Amino acid sequence: MIRFDGVNKRYPGGNEALRGLDLHIAKGEMVFVTGASGAGKSTFLRMIPLLERPTQGSVVINGVNLGRLPKRRIPFLRRHIGVIFQDHRLLHDRTVFDNVALPLVIAGRSYQDIGRRVRAALDKVGLLKREKAYPITLSGGEQQRVGIARAVVTRPPILLADEPTGNLDPALSREIMALFEQFNQVGVTTVIASHDIPLIEALGHRRIHLVEGRVQ
Amino acid sequence: MKPLERLKQWFGQHARSAVTSLGQLKRRPAASFMTTAVIGIALALPTGFLLLMDNLEAATAGWEGNPRASIFLADGLTPDNQRDLLERIQRFNEVTATELITPQAALAEFEQHAGMEETLALLDENPFPAVIVAELNAALGTLAADQLITRTQALAGVDQVRVDRVWLQRLTAVLQLANRGTVLIGLLLGLTVVLVVGNTIRLDIENRRSEIEITKLIGGTDAFVRRPFLYTGLWYGVSGGVLATLILALTMALLAGPARELTTLYGSGFRLIGPGVGGTFTLLLGGILLGLIGAWVAVGRHLAAIEPQ
Repeated sequence: MIRFDGVNKRYPGGNEALRGLDLHIAKGEMVFVTGASGAGKSTFLRMIPLLERPTQGSVVINGVNLGRLPKRRIPFLRRHIGVIFQDHRLLHDRTVFDNVALPLVIAGRSYQDIGRRVRAALDKVGLLKREKAYPITLSGGEQQRVGIARAVVTRPPILLADEPTGNLDPALSREIMALFEQFNQVGVTTVIASHDIPLIEALGHRRIHLVEGRVQ
Repeated sequence: MKPLERLKQWFGQHARSAVTSLGQLKRRPAASFMTTAVIGIALALPTGFLLLMDNLEAATAGWEGNPRASIFLADGLTPDNQRDLLERIQRFNEVTATELITPQAALAEFEQHAGMEETLALLDENPFPAVIVAELNAALGTLAADQLITRTQALAGVDQVRVDRVWLQRLTAVLQLANRGTVLIGLLLGLTVVLVVGNTIRLDIENRRSEIEITKLIGGTDAFVRRPFLYTGLWYGVSGGVLATLILALTMALLAGPARELTTLYGSGFRLIGPGVGGTFTLLLGGILLGLIGAWVAVGRHLAAIEPQ
């Protein structure tokens, strides 16, 4: 599903984030990516929806070589990848419902379809009753769950999360991780970058440890 | 996807963008109104000038019949001499009709005007010269008219020749110049509309940067991101066009009374001409077009630069 071959990423200024990264994540797998700050976790995740392009090497997602993907096809790649950010990236002038509905609106779904799917996604993350609230009125954990609902509302085959529990207390973190496991169980390839080693070890999925832009 | 469904989706997306962008404008009424006002005035000014030209042209059109030449004859010609001249002038190709107004006839005509009788009675002798009024060919150009004047002037017994269309031709020339000037000013004001809309939408794009980033992040195409801004430009164009129409209508209403008074004084049947349905339609269409161009310029320059981080 996700294959990196000899991927290098050098930023302008000479900072090398990835140095010959080789890895393969199979369809339906749940994988944690760990490593110190600057080990290349974020860069690795950002390459999957083409937020970054490799300086060298190839990235193949679901059989598509991203190096050969024309720019105008990028939005359609991103529609198949749900991304969850540590800072949530919600629209603060829109309600929870509208935030979660955005990917469906972009995909041009009908109103009935949007209503049904948004409520299903909000139900899944336990926020059905907050659909009319604005993100600013929600707690950090609730905002994160809105972000998750938005990422899964189109039922993408791939789910990426960059430090999804970074700001949450242990109990909330466990809840969020349990949510990811549920999505994984229905076949979603799930990749999570995290610092939370004890939690990761407790969950017991495959772990990819990055050191200086390489798999250790 | 079936073609019908695709079409439905396309309409749905456009309707949504149109309504959303209208809602965005409604949320900032003061700012939206100011932009609309600038556009409306910028559209109303050149249109108003063009209407003024149209009206002036229409007002002078009634006087633009066949040009006439007044040929004043020298004093002391006998009636036979006068008839002789009349016949010679009649034979010119450019002349379609002639009429001789003797000093007596001129005096008689003037005496009919109220108040003139006393004035004329004060004079010892008839002050009017004999005049031959020649109707000229309507297609006569300025050059041909000049030649005719020279030729007539050369005839013995002719004192002075006046072609009454000269001032009208000058007026037409002035109107043409003013028309050209109005078109140029119109182009500049059109450019103003494009720049105002462009700048407003540029600010709009800046303000909604994070929204654009997030939209691109979750798979929004460039077209999807662009669409609401283009509709914003369209709405500015529409509202500016409507405002310009209102401004013109108000101006017309304010000028209709004085214009009627003026034309009554001149005894002409002239009526103030408005932009009409066609003109109003063109004005609205022009507004929409300029708004869209402005939006397109802003979107083209600034949207591509925003990529999700």
